Amino acid sequence: MSVMTIVQAINNALDIKLGEDKTIVVYGEDAGKEGGVFRVTEGLQRKYGVERVFDSPLAESAIVGTGLGMALSGLRPIVELQFDGFTYPAFNQIISNVSRMHNRSRGMYKVPLVIRFPYGGGINALEHHSESPEALYAHIPGIKVVIPSTPHDAKGLLISAIESNDPVIFMEPKRIYRAIKQEVSEEKFSIPIGKAKVLTEGTNVTVVAFGAMIRECQKAIAMANQAGISVELIDLRTIYPIDKETIAESIKKTGRIIIVAEAPESFGVGAELMAIANEEAFLYLEAPPKRVMGFDTIVPMAKGEPFYLITPERIFYEIERTVKF
Amino acid sequence: MIFKTFNPLEDKTLRIIDNDGKIINKELFPDLDNETVIKAYKSMLYARTADEMAISYQRQGRMYTYPPNMGQEAIHIASGLIMRENDWLVPAFRELGAMLAKGVSMKEIFIYYMGNEQGSNFKQANHVLPICVPIGSQFLHATGIGYSINYQKKDEVVFSFIGDGGTSEGDFSEALNFAGVWKVPVIYIIQNNQYAISVPVQNQTKSINLAVKAVAFGLPGIKVDGNDFFAMYVACKEAFEHARAGEGAVLIEALTYRKGAHTTSDDPTKYRTKEEEQEWDKTDPLIRMKRYIDNEGIWNEDEEKLIENYKQEIDKQFTEAENITPYQLEDVFEYMYDEMPDILRKQKAEYKQFQSWKEKRI
Repeated sequence: MSVMTIVQAINNALDIKLGEDKTIVVYGEDAGKEGGVFRVTEGLQRKYGVERVFDSPLAESAIVGTGLGMALSGLRPIVELQFDGFTYPAFNQIISNVSRMHNRSRGMYKVPLVIRFPYGGGINALEHHSESPEALYAHIPGIKVVIPSTPHDAKGLLISAIESNDPVIFMEPKRIYRAIKQEVSEEKFSIPIGKAKVLTEGTNVTVVAFGAMIRECQKAIAMANQAGISVELIDLRTIYPIDKETIAESIKKTGRIIIVAEAPESFGVGAELMAIANEEAFLYLEAPPKRVMGFDTIVPMAKGEPFYLITPERIFYEIERTVKF
Repeated sequence: MIFKTFNPLEDKTLRIIDNDGKIINKELFPDLDNETVIKAYKSMLYARTADEMAISYQRQGRMYTYPPNMGQEAIHIASGLIMRENDWLVPAFRELGAMLAKGVSMKEIFIYYMGNEQGSNFKQANHVLPICVPIGSQFLHATGIGYSINYQKKDEVVFSFIGDGGTSEGDFSEALNFAGVWKVPVIYIIQNNQYAISVPVQNQTKSINLAVKAVAFGLPGIKVDGNDFFAMYVACKEAFEHARAGEGAVLIEALTYRKGAHTTSDDPTKYRTKEEEQEWDKTDPLIRMKRYIDNEGIWNEDEEKLIENYKQEIDKQFTEAENITPYQLEDVFEYMYDEMPDILRKQKAEYKQFQSWKEKRI
């Protein structure tokens, strides 16, 4: 065991897989020599060479499109896109080819491709550097979308993503890249994709969140506990395929659900979770499901971002309202 | 080194036989024995026959939308002649002859255009990707495969195709740019058939030709008479040697003409003239090659009888395609993932419940 940040845990997962599987290559903008703008791939080029860990030219569509080509021809590429807001040039490759090649070829070609990128707000960044596009990607049939919230999960989920023969979008909560430190095993281990995790058991209300919002929820739950409210906290961990069972079971116990996420509220993961609440646990609901999510606006720049960011106070406010409904 | 001689910056075109099948460039005439030349001509004839029949089946309502290949056979058969079993074919969607050359069957092509993805699961063809409909996006896959080949130190070469319209897409430029930096063994072939559906190539670019676009990416580019089998063969052969020797990618612009419609849903009389079509008809790759063969007097089979045999054989494949196991509900879900999520299983199960309800109630 050693204490790791999310950045270190991801680096460690990449290091382990690069070490044991020669078909793995890692590349993207600045991902080679510099080790990425967040230093996630730091030191890997020195260790594994420029053929395996490298800087590609600057073009997201090409980074993903060539990654697909490599995945079809015997490699297991892990590509890095620099920021959430820069993934859109690659969208056509993802939705039109990456997600479809297995189906298009009736299983003749598999697509063991991982697309990593940092996402989310809270770092006082310029426009395009604070977005949460998980719903855009989760809506595409043929891919899986994973978001860890801890160093331990980041490592285990990334190893599963790399070993998957399906394409995986791996979104990394940049706001807590270094904010959370945790004991993580240096050995190889994996966490299955598609399984949510109950972080805290509770009886009055279920709160579902993922990524950087988990920490904010935990702070809110401390406030709620002081007010005598018992909260069950679920870390979704995989956006698609979403773990309906764990969510439904929890709602059946608490009768209430609140979804916390940074993305614009309409048509997002919150809406999907409310649909699950209605379809799977309708008769158990004691209050309307509630979303605590971003506005349907652009994430404001630093001076305006405090209005947009979801704070523990706002989550606690909605917990109290829902429980008192 | 034909890439130097036929400099696209000077707008030169590689041409070896003229419209009458006469050799106009003896020096570059390829070292092919008569048997290979005749085999290539027959392959072109087969592809043309199959294409005409596909259009006819579509008109009979036995197949859905189909993109005709007529007029572009020399490009497909010349490149197909060079591709080895382990070389890669990354097609757009108008490369019938090249796909056949790689071992794809007409039966599979028919299954696909009857509306069944099963037609893209090629049973005999090695290293052929399914057709790629989003214009230009396939060029990037070719570049990635090229990287794989270099990385794994394999003796393989990639052939990828795009249309003239596709050269306007960003993926075209990105693919060639990455190809230059990575020095990948890929031959990028532009089939400049003069139209992107209805839009003439003059409205796609102000470049003097399309091959010249290679220059900006540090790659050799060459403009070739794509209706001249021998010119296409020589260009592909030299590009192949170049790529195989580790010298990197090549861009070939093959000048041709789409004799038919963009797809069977389109009517070219709306956007081009009879005169223009007749002018291009003089360059038809089959007529030119047949004239060469006649001039040389190297073949005396009964062509009409040969076409009749092809038709019977192709029709047999069509009948087989019509009689494969019907599309099942399972086929909709089965291939979406290597590891199917429970959500898909549930959606399938719910639909089955609806089906059994429907059987009883409706």
